[in-house]
Amino acid sequence: MHALTAYIEGVGLLGPGLKDWPDGRAVISGQQPYQPCKTVLPLPALLPAAERRRSGAMVRLTLATGLEAIVAAGLDAASLPSVFSASGGDGENCHAICEMLASADRQISPTRFHNSVHNAAAGYWGIATGAMTPSSVLCGFDASFGAGLLEALVQVVVDHTRCVLLACDTPYPEPLHSARPIPDAFGIALVLAPQHSAQALAQITVGLTDADADRLDDAALENLRIAIPAARGLPLLRGIALRQDQHVVLDYLDHTRLAATIAAC
Amino acid sequence: MNPLWLSHFTATSSIGRGLDQTLAALRQRRSGLAPCAFDTVDLATYVGEVPGVDAAQLPAHLADFDCRNNRLAFLGLTQDGFDDAVRAAIAKHGAQRIGVFLGTSTSGILQTELAYRRRDPATGALPADFIYRTTHNTFSVADFTRHYFGLTGPAVVVSSACSSSAKVFASARRMMASGLIDAAVVGGVDSLCLTTLYGFNALGLMSEQACRPFDAQRNGISIGEAAAFALLERPPEQLDADAVRLLGTGESSDAYHMSSPHPDGLGARLAMQGALNMADLQPSDIDYINLHGTATPTNDAAESKAVQQVFGSRTPCSSTKGATGHTLGAAGAVEAVICALALRHGLLPAGLNTLQPDPALDVEYLLENREQPVTYVLSNSFGFGGTNCSLIFARAD
Repeated sequence: MHALTAYIEGVGLLGPGLKDWPDGRAVISGQQPYQPCKTVLPLPALLPAAERRRSGAMVRLTLATGLEAIVAAGLDAASLPSVFSASGGDGENCHAICEMLASADRQISPTRFHNSVHNAAAGYWGIATGAMTPSSVLCGFDASFGAGLLEALVQVVVDHTRCVLLACDTPYPEPLHSARPIPDAFGIALVLAPQHSAQALAQITVGLTDADADRLDDAALENLRIAIPAARGLPLLRGIALRQDQHVVLDYLDHTRLAATIAAC
Repeated sequence: MNPLWLSHFTATSSIGRGLDQTLAALRQRRSGLAPCAFDTVDLATYVGEVPGVDAAQLPAHLADFDCRNNRLAFLGLTQDGFDDAVRAAIAKHGAQRIGVFLGTSTSGILQTELAYRRRDPATGALPADFIYRTTHNTFSVADFTRHYFGLTGPAVVVSSACSSSAKVFASARRMMASGLIDAAVVGGVDSLCLTTLYGFNALGLMSEQACRPFDAQRNGISIGEAAAFALLERPPEQLDADAVRLLGTGESSDAYHMSSPHPDGLGARLAMQGALNMADLQPSDIDYINLHGTATPTNDAAESKAVQQVFGSRTPCSSTKGATGHTLGAAGAVEAVICALALRHGLLPAGLNTLQPDPALDVEYLLENREQPVTYVLSNSFGFGGTNCSLIFARAD
């Protein structure tokens, strides 16, 4: 099996009952009980006031998780290529546009329109951090976490660069929520590096497999993993949190999954 | 990078289905733009609509994917023997060793726009026949493509607005270089929908006429739709002289504004320079630039500055959006195929609709087709959110 190796230098995490990586690490490694509660998205301090106020859930989520991971790694966000992977864009905004387009007055606002692109969060990320580096913006429906992790790993391995992965999902309001029932906002960010360094938390080696994806022992966390595409990365985070060598299988496409070997640094 | 071979490619847009019609339209300088008669749209604008999209019937087992975007994808995949080429590649490399990398901006959102007209008056619910996953969701066109071919390798949609299907070449390049796959189906599909038509109208970026890139009087884009695909493989030891190779990809972000390019084209310059560096070429090596050239005042001004700074004022260039319209998430792939035709047939396509080139834009903008040997070409694709991608293609000889 062909495999890709990288070092994890920083982790960002935000989701229902998981308020950041130190908190989430304690929960997913079993040191603290998991108590689900609605995700609280912080206002992005780095954005100018007007953009900050209007920023959607995806923008807030990616800035919160991405910056947590990058600060933990002691790096400058402007220096890192980024990979954004999400199963959908800004759900509230999409609903508002579809509602207006079905009404007698179709004059949607310019801001609504430019916020409707799947790469809106990546655009605001650039404005907030000043990063002129390449940004890959991906979607794989339920396979979005795996697609993002593969793209990030391949960048690290082939282009010999550090890179930040931002895997995030946010809910749609009704009526789209019934068609795509993502329950809450959830995001994982990882800083990946090609070489070992002082800040490395773990080495990961990832390849394709047809084995079944690992489940989480805690029923509520397992529900989260299944309900939100970005949360399919939780078994990887659990492996990093436990700080011991292990193999995990992450969900990806219907017949193809990712086998990851995790070695603590 | 190790060059990659575009072993097969095809494009379907308002100027034609497949390569023969596309090449003929370019040679005859025929535009596919016409006054907008799409759906119930009441905007005074021109669009590049592909005739017959809604008559396309997806294979029965893929009926859940039925929407305008996937119908257009299906039309595109079945032109020029592209589907046979993919099946031959599967026989050669195996279904798990071929990746799918497709660009789209709006995917099948038209399906949701239409469903919102049929909401239950009491509950507000969407109609029972609406399927989000296989139509609206941004991944649906890649999912459709992998199911159509039975591919089980890595698959993804790149959705960074109008750079989407240029950036798929960069993602595929990396994954092929990593050794994870041996071939890649790359491309872009975007189809007409109300979100983009009313959205660009709201931004004041849509022309009431057929768009006039680089014209002094340019006043906005014309939206088009298209499906374009290429099969990327590692080149064999011997390639035909007119075989087309991908030599370089350059990517950057503006970090400037959500819907306006950096006024000096700084991000665009980084992308072009990045592609030249990867291809190990000098600016003077490039015979033709297929511009992003949307015909908005700001894009063309910023892009011309960036081109001028990297290449000077003598490199022949044009935007083919006067022919196809701006096909948004499909534009990178459509223009990659036009570049491949330029290389194969020695044709530098003129920009259409442009009557009076803007004297403030200091580039060699082509108003007439040129027939000449073409060895290296560069294609630009830029998008909302300040996303930039440049690609360099070359003949094998």
